[in-house]
Amino acid sequence: MELTKDVTLVPEVSQDKLIDLYRQMWVIRFFDEKVDEFFAKGMIHGTTHLAVGQEASAAGACALLDNEDKITSTHRGHGHCIAKGATADRMMAELFGRTTGYCKGKGGSMHIADLDIGNLGANGIVAGGIPLAVGSALTAKMKGLDYVTVCFFGDGATNEGSFHEAVNLASIWDLPVIFVCENNLYGMSGNVNEMTNVKHIADRAAAYGIPGVVADGNDIVDMMNKSHDAIERARSGEGPTLIEAKTYRWKGHSKSDAKKYRTREEENEWKAKDPIKRYREVLIEAGILTEEKAEEIRKSAKKEIEDAVEFAENSPMPTVDDLLTDVYA
Amino acid sequence: MREITYSEAVREALSQEMRKNDDVYILGEDIGVYGGAFGVTRGMIEEFGPDRIRNTPISEAGIAGAAVGSALTGMRPIVELQFSDFITIAMDQMANQAAKIRYMYGGKGHVPMVLRTPSGSGTGAAAQHSQSLEAWVAHIPGLKVVQPSTGYDAKGLLKAAIDDDNPVIFYEHKTLYGTKSDVPEEQYSIPLGQAAIKREGTDVTIVAYAVMVPRALEAAKELEKEGISVEVVDPRTLVPLDKETIVKSVSKTGRVVVAHEAVKRGGYGGEIASMIAESDAFDFLDAPIKRLGGAESPIPYNPELEKAHVPQVPDLIQAVKETLNKA
Repeated sequence: MELTKDVTLVPEVSQDKLIDLYRQMWVIRFFDEKVDEFFAKGMIHGTTHLAVGQEASAAGACALLDNEDKITSTHRGHGHCIAKGATADRMMAELFGRTTGYCKGKGGSMHIADLDIGNLGANGIVAGGIPLAVGSALTAKMKGLDYVTVCFFGDGATNEGSFHEAVNLASIWDLPVIFVCENNLYGMSGNVNEMTNVKHIADRAAAYGIPGVVADGNDIVDMMNKSHDAIERARSGEGPTLIEAKTYRWKGHSKSDAKKYRTREEENEWKAKDPIKRYREVLIEAGILTEEKAEEIRKSAKKEIEDAVEFAENSPMPTVDDLLTDVYA
Repeated sequence: MREITYSEAVREALSQEMRKNDDVYILGEDIGVYGGAFGVTRGMIEEFGPDRIRNTPISEAGIAGAAVGSALTGMRPIVELQFSDFITIAMDQMANQAAKIRYMYGGKGHVPMVLRTPSGSGTGAAAQHSQSLEAWVAHIPGLKVVQPSTGYDAKGLLKAAIDDDNPVIFYEHKTLYGTKSDVPEEQYSIPLGQAAIKREGTDVTIVAYAVMVPRALEAAKELEKEGISVEVVDPRTLVPLDKETIVKSVSKTGRVVVAHEAVKRGGYGGEIASMIAESDAFDFLDAPIKRLGGAESPIPYNPELEKAHVPQVPDLIQAVKETLNKA
């Protein structure tokens, strides 16, 4: 089916993939909403950081990657994991602390990784994953491998020294890495406009001599297009790009956040820009999805999460014997 | 056998491994044509080129992190930090990332990297370029910590460190770089976690590492003149620690002095002393365990003060005599 002229979709993304991305965004949404519910009920311990409202930036930045390509993620990383191909069941099992989880219950929400499909891991240290992504890109360059590394971080991370050091390294070595800053306006409670004095985080790219691109982080099509250009640039050996995805997290920073630092009006303004709703409209307008099909996909995503919960609940707990395994290789 | 310096032994270990394995490379500040802050990589860029002798900006956190990321994806990087004090700047990457990745990921992946760095005082470089912070890293599960005291040990331990699939902090002592020892030309490996008895004795054990080993040997030589027989045990690696050799020696002599250059308070000597106290050697102790370490101050610039900060040969002699009640 031909796309309408108003919709600039990425030519490299098939219609099946476009539809699957719609499913993926719902899986991300439902996963984090379910986690939110479980935390509220005290069914999961520890802490978590939810990416509800940020589905498009994760799914869009990963849409053109394959299993050889890598990502590094953040404390707010469930969406990135799903976008990179992780399955909800093993993720939920990890949050339940079960042996079937991606980290056998030892990592939890902030450390989910799946090296087999190129997910180099979430990270509990703000900006901690940025140098890792650069190292991954360095491997690709030194070994002559074709993969790219997409490095996710938030607006807050760009005030860390690690960001500066790592982006500079990637730039001077022309490394195949795409820096994706999800600017959701707040580093915990710190407003990006109070904590930085630049109009766009993307402007910071100039300091490293690399392109800085602003993307609508709530528009998966814009995210795909801009990621596509950055990936092409990286693969052709021209070096890194900094993409700033303007977005918003609907929930608080972590499980205990009264959100005193922002208004309900602001939240509602952003909820009106719901990335899933917008993508649904794009797909329907382009004739790729019907209302019925969209609803079917939404329901199947919900079912996927329900199944994931069942899998997690029925999975075994680790034993104390597992405490000291895997400290060293 | 051929005699070369500690510094040459380290360079030889690096070069031999790099000739064999394309995945091994070095990254660090001024390691290219300059040859590194202490000249260890001198001449290597000419042989291996700028890709594998990778000169970096002054970005310790970035370099360490890039090494972790490249180790995780299939390389075997070696980071050179100009001074071990600078591990403070690279610490997030070593303590929070390198050390924990395998465990946090449930046993998937590994981080085969070595962070080489010169430690210790004695060069007049003052408070920020003279520290011995090995206890910081030895405290962190997931890291291994090596402290060679001779060129021979440095070469064999470095080979083992590069071959190891875990992140290894490899300390080189600045004032030992110029010391000579017999070092075989061919490659060899000294397993991590194997102490060396540097001198056999029967009356008192000195457990010492890095620069404290030659000092302990000198003290032992002096004490021999007075009829005191000292055994010097060099653990060589702090993590893993060869407890067995230490316990065996102390069980034999019944007296022990634990000595290092690092500040005594919170130093790794406390760990060694506690390990002995908790072990079967406790029943054989004829005197309290004696600990020697650096003074509880930053390292001063003035040469006399700098010397006074760190245990010297007379301090070791005194400590041995105290354990024998002969002070």
